[in-house]
Amino acid sequence: MAKPFEVTDANFESEVIKSDKPVLVDFWAPWCGPCRMVAPIVDELSEEYDGKVKFVKLNTDDNVKTASQFGIRSIPTLLVFKAGEPVGQIIGFRPKSDLKKRLDAAL
Amino acid sequence: MTSDTPALPEYDIAIIGAGPAGLAAGLYAARARRRTLLIERKVTGGQIALTSDVENYPGIDCINGFDLAQAMHGQAEKYGMETAYADVTAIDQDGAYHAVRTSEGDYRAKAVIVTGGADHDKLGVPGEERLTGFGVSYCATCDGAFFRDQTVAVVGGGDAALDEGLFVTRYAKKVYVIHRRDALRASAIMQERAFAEPKMQFVWNTVVEEIVGDAAVSGVRIRNTATGETGSLDVTGVFIFVGLTPNTGYLRGKVEMDAGGHIIVNEWMETAIPGLFAAGDIRANSARQVVTAAGDGATAAIRADHYLTAAFGAPTLAPANP
Repeated sequence: MAKPFEVTDANFESEVIKSDKPVLVDFWAPWCGPCRMVAPIVDELSEEYDGKVKFVKLNTDDNVKTASQFGIRSIPTLLVFKAGEPVGQIIGFRPKSDLKKRLDAAL
Repeated sequence: MTSDTPALPEYDIAIIGAGPAGLAAGLYAARARRRTLLIERKVTGGQIALTSDVENYPGIDCINGFDLAQAMHGQAEKYGMETAYADVTAIDQDGAYHAVRTSEGDYRAKAVIVTGGADHDKLGVPGEERLTGFGVSYCATCDGAFFRDQTVAVVGGGDAALDEGLFVTRYAKKVYVIHRRDALRASAIMQERAFAEPKMQFVWNTVVEEIVGDAAVSGVRIRNTATGETGSLDVTGVFIFVGLTPNTGYLRGKVEMDAGGHIIVNEWMETAIPGLFAAGDIRANSARQVVTAAGDGATAAIRADHYLTAAFGAPTLAPANP
């Protein structure tokens, strides 16, 4: 239920920018090994922050427009959006405790 | 009932670092029916998790490094190895045991195999830290795809630099290889491939002095070490592979190391501390290959099993697994 779902260039505006809740966007691609390590941690966080934060994923191969709009040059990158603005950025794989700390700091 | 000092989770063998050395050690330790914990700070696989193609692991023609690591990990877990994700901060002696201190809590182990490998060095130039993730990268296989039809620079002259540089040529229109000497350290086959790649251009005897760009990398300032001449290159990406430093900071003063910080072990991967082993790229005189790291890990686990039998007795892990 609280599992992260995929967003695209087409619905990024409505799902992320116009979201009334803070949103964590996991920028990933199928060929990226570290992204595959981040995914299960993001899944766990989405359970723990259920109701407080919305969790979505964006495939950077299929959604080049959004990825370049936010200057994604390295994945995995997690961006935290509040009121349509990116307020937190985590580049590269981090342990869960570190992700939580940075997410809390951005909220 | 409460206790002031709750007992630490206890294992026969704790392995620190989930690269090929640690994964092979885990496989051998678990198959020896030792209660085995593998502790990893970041990504299973270590350096190979970021390697696109491993094509020198005997018996496997070519495999993605991340997939090879996942296969090794699954194989070891099948025999009962457990995994924890945490940053190890210290190993303290606790009687005949070792207390492994981590960011997520402490463990107690009868033997410890340190397989923490090495991390890529930074260049240490202005702009590098600020622009990391914004064009500065230490992993072409992670980030190369974001540089489609762009011009990038690879810094370094070893196998990693060429391998990653060749990977980026799949996307970039041009790849400068900036090397501070006039010859490469890389293996002959990598050099052949790099010289045959028309998108690669070598910039010899040259060091990077600064990485420039506002929000993202726009270029590098360079200096020729032979002539002293300075200049710049317009690039949007800088991939840095200029050497490795072993992850032994927390062991300084505890075990013997060489000048580069690699742990000195004997042919059984033993340090001078009973029950403390080191294997793979983290040890002195490692050949730094997947196959040699795995070999080291197996050796260390076999020796650790012998050590445990002598010091503590027979294995305790119930043979519940295949």
